[in-house]
Amino acid sequence: MREKLVTWLAIIAGLFLAFNLYRIFLVLPDDAMQGPIYRIIYFHVPAAITGFVGYFVALALSVLYLSSGNFKYDSLAASVTEVALIFSCVNIVLGSIWARIIWGIWWTWDARLTSVLISILIYSGYLMLRRAIDEPTQRARLSAALSIFGCLDVVIIWKSIEWFRTQHPAPVLSIRTGGGNIDPAMEHMIYYNLLAFLLLGTALVLVRSRQEGISREIDSLRRMANAVERHIA
Amino acid sequence: MDPHTISVLYARNFQFMFYGFAAAWVIVALYIISLARRGARLKKELEDVRRLIASEGDEPQLRI
Repeated sequence: MREKLVTWLAIIAGLFLAFNLYRIFLVLPDDAMQGPIYRIIYFHVPAAITGFVGYFVALALSVLYLSSGNFKYDSLAASVTEVALIFSCVNIVLGSIWARIIWGIWWTWDARLTSVLISILIYSGYLMLRRAIDEPTQRARLSAALSIFGCLDVVIIWKSIEWFRTQHPAPVLSIRTGGGNIDPAMEHMIYYNLLAFLLLGTALVLVRSRQEGISREIDSLRRMANAVERHIA
Repeated sequence: MDPHTISVLYARNFQFMFYGFAAAWVIVALYIISLARRGARLKKELEDVRRLIASEGDEPQLRI
């Protein structure tokens, strides 16, 4: 059932992405000021939002784990965080390449870029923490706490371009500005690609969470084998 | 700006757009490959552990 769902999600996401790429490269015109490089926005912004959505879903799952103690929430939170981190990496790499042409630099330590980098470090730390701790309850509790803490930085990322004067542009999406800062056709393409990324992300999370389930099963079998060995001895 | 400079800047602009999209696909592809490899490793590990338990115990169908 899960394999079928993953396959269908991946197919739909793939078709959607192919259609979006056709529109991005062959239908939508170049930006008058930036030329073709502006097209990076169609991956840069959806990747960022997909990452944010993932981090908030992981926050909700971490809270659910802390309140219920059910390890399924912990496994799912880890899977969602890992996939969200991949999308954040796509976001920051694309942003850097775009910046090289538009700003003339690969990187600057402004509030938006720095807070994104900090979030990547926090969530990489989250994944490293999970590898470092063997005891499942302690691992799940500390991971949940770090996930909740990490979301504070996500809020700072979101608001940084309003709170601080940054090299990064101010908000352009009409959901934040009320409209007028971006052509509606361009904005719609950002949302279409966001939908494709969310579908792809969901498929990846399902695959990853299945692996977390297998890991839990291996741990349980090993513990059982050790207990039997000790009992026999 | 002369037409030659404009065409050079446009080509560079286009080149970096290509790098951007290529980088995005490479990151996603590498992650999918790492997921597939991790999945195969975990399946093998699970089979090994099951086989080990079955060979040590009396219940070959031992499952959690």
